[in-house]
Amino acid sequence: MKNNYKLLDVKNLRTAFNVEGKDVTVVNDISFNLSPGEIVGLVGESGCGKSVTALSLMGLVPDPPGKILGGEIFLEGKDLLKFSESDMEKVRGKEIGMIFQEPMTSLNPVLTIGKQITEILELHQDMSKEEAINEAIDLLKLVGLTDPELRINDYPHKLSGGQRQRIMIAIALSCKPKILIADEPTTALDVTIQAQILELIQKLSNELGTSVILITHNLGILARYAHKINVMYAGHLIESGTTDEIFYNPKHPYTAGLLNSVPRLDLDPNIELPTIKGEVPNLAEFNEGCIFKTRCPNPTNNCKDGKSEMGLIEVEPGHLVDKCCVNCK
Amino acid sequence: MSNKKILEIKDLKVFYESSRSFFTGKNIVKAVNGLNIDINQGETFGLVGESGSGKSTVARAILNLVKSNSGEINLEEENLLKLKGSKLRSKQKQIGAIFQDPYSSLNPRMKIKDIIAEPLRVQGKKDVEEDVKNLLKMVGLDNRMDNRFPHEFSGGQRQRIGIARAISTNPKLIICDEPVSALDVSVQAQILNLLKDLQKKLNISYLFIAHDLSVVKYLSLKIGVMYLGKIVEMADSETIFSNPMHPYTKILINSIPVPDPKIERKKKFIPIKGDIPSASNPPAGCVFRTRCPNPTSDCKDGKSEMGLIEIEPDHWVDKCCVNCK
Ligand SMILES: Nc1ncnc2c1ncn2[C@@H]1O[C@H](COP(=O)(O)OP(=O)(O)OP(=O)(O)O)[C@@H](O)[C@H]1O
Ligand SMILES: Nc1ncnc2c1ncn2[C@@H]1O[C@H](COP(=O)(O)OP(=O)(O)OP(=O)(O)O)[C@@H](O)[C@H]1O
Ligand code: SF4
Ligand code: SF4
Ligand SMILES: [Mg+2]
Ligand SMILES: [Mg+2]
Repeated sequence: MKNNYKLLDVKNLRTAFNVEGKDVTVVNDISFNLSPGEIVGLVGESGCGKSVTALSLMGLVPDPPGKILGGEIFLEGKDLLKFSESDMEKVRGKEIGMIFQEPMTSLNPVLTIGKQITEILELHQDMSKEEAINEAIDLLKLVGLTDPELRINDYPHKLSGGQRQRIMIAIALSCKPKILIADEPTTALDVTIQAQILELIQKLSNELGTSVILITHNLGILARYAHKINVMYAGHLIESGTTDEIFYNPKHPYTAGLLNSVPRLDLDPNIELPTIKGEVPNLAEFNEGCIFKTRCPNPTNNCKDGKSEMGLIEVEPGHLVDKCCVNCK
Repeated sequence: MSNKKILEIKDLKVFYESSRSFFTGKNIVKAVNGLNIDINQGETFGLVGESGSGKSTVARAILNLVKSNSGEINLEEENLLKLKGSKLRSKQKQIGAIFQDPYSSLNPRMKIKDIIAEPLRVQGKKDVEEDVKNLLKMVGLDNRMDNRFPHEFSGGQRQRIGIARAISTNPKLIICDEPVSALDVSVQAQILNLLKDLQKKLNISYLFIAHDLSVVKYLSLKIGVMYLGKIVEMADSETIFSNPMHPYTKILINSIPVPDPKIERKKKFIPIKGDIPSASNPPAGCVFRTRCPNPTSDCKDGKSEMGLIEIEPDHWVDKCCVNCK
């Protein structure tokens, strides 16, 4: 199922937003790849650029104020950044499906569930109305909605948060994309419903061979579902590796800090939780060197002077970390 | 730790009337349907459960933000539901509150120092400058920041401001309704440590509401698991995790992925089925039967009997569920 073929190969992606006349790079020189059937996690604190990375892959960065400044996004060898808007429209849905962060706002409130799915099928898959309805019912069954024959006539407001998120998955999968980007698919949901949705995504990935980019700030979720993990901080990818490497052998102090600050059911609650002091720096004001220097527990003098050099290097096969940080504690 | 009871809730019922249903007319939502909770001085009671189970309604009832239908809410042996006017107001002042959304719970046009000083001024206190500086220091904020507005702070800092405001009047009890749910893990850890620290220093009691059991465990001495307006299981934190009896508690615990891949890979896990039923039409008998993995035929017929019984010291579980798997 998993192999080394790079279905998606992102190279040196840079995306900026114009804020008060100044370009602020919020996705900064990011490279990663995705193999068929693989579930890859993208993790980091709020505002670190996870959603903008996803939107960049989909060609959906709002322009203005946003702009992709550079890099390449190869999907099966073709650079999506060179595609026209109409070609990108075909890629969206057909090749890459996305579940957005806010399920409430991404369904159209005045259309029935059925209509929202069949519309896409008729458009992208050249299906007749009847074929599309049957396919929609199958899709809703696939995502575990009960009574799909009745449900297709419902409007979104009648459904619970978990049910809406299932519909979003059905829509994202409707054209059998090779890649599914799930941007915090369960953040607004209960742990019980979260488990239902993630089990579903994993099952579908196993059965259909879909690759998944799973964006979350919940490390527990990645421990359970991800094969590989990319850790983002303030627009940079600072560490990348297999799930086991990231959890049991983190190299970057930020990764270690994230892991330690999670309250866990299996740890003694009487011990104070370790934290990462301070907050993410203001990117518009940040100047030089290691992006983590303002919060790092053990910066060297070089780090403090902004002299350390960024950029991933491989420290062990498949385990990459910022070069400034190979030797840091 | 003392055994002085700060809060005692007895058989509390809070119903909402929603006229949403056009055909059937009035629709009664039994958001809190017979709830009992005790909180001692300096202790934390954690209340967990899915969205819609009624957690915030309990908080609102204690804070007098909704009308309770029946029952008792005793704050140091005085029933708030029987008090009125200035007497009620002065009792209410002994209860502080921290909410989930640090963005909307602070007035955007007020300076930080005024936000924090407001409850003190309401109490008639003058010259609060020094108090505000001390409060900022207690919650770990730079006290030179007191002239700024909320939008100049991050989510975690705003939650600290909210906490400073909540402790300003020396409350005996603070109601924390999902205070860290909107925060990043790194910031969440900072706030949890702060709440714990303040509790030690000030001997405050917390009612701590969350849907994340791992967060609740970190703070709470006792935990109540709520489902459809009722507590279905209640015990000290240790027991809830080491010996859960109700299938719902077991599922809640199991649903939380532990940040440890080897543990997760070994775990056999079947997610809960379906959604929480509507509180305006709860199932007869055991409220959990529509989602229970192993209901007996009695359960399915709605014949099982609800109500907590004590199966070992301080471990309470729904009587319908004492023998269920
Ligand atoms: N439309 C926009 N205009 C200006 N800045 C933006 C816009 N969208 C995002 N940004 C900025 O880009 C940065 C990255 O945002 P992004 O939404 O990717 O973060 P994220 O990692 O997805 O965070 P979260 O966990 O909160 O979803 C942030 O600093 C954000 O303020
Ligand atoms: N003002 C209201 N009018 C009618 N029904 C209400 C009102 N407020 C809450 N409810 C209903 O009461 C029940 C309990 O709601 P409550 O907000 O207490 O749940 P909760 O456990 O805090 O959920 P969450 O985790 O989503 O915050 C729900 O069924 C809800 O729809
Ligand atoms: S490079 Fe320096 S500042 Fe950056 S994480 Fe390593 S030790 Fe810390
Ligand atoms: S009483 Fe019956 S339905 Fe309720 S939890 Fe126990 S076994 Fe399940
Ligand atoms: Mg995002
Ligand atoms: Mg609530």
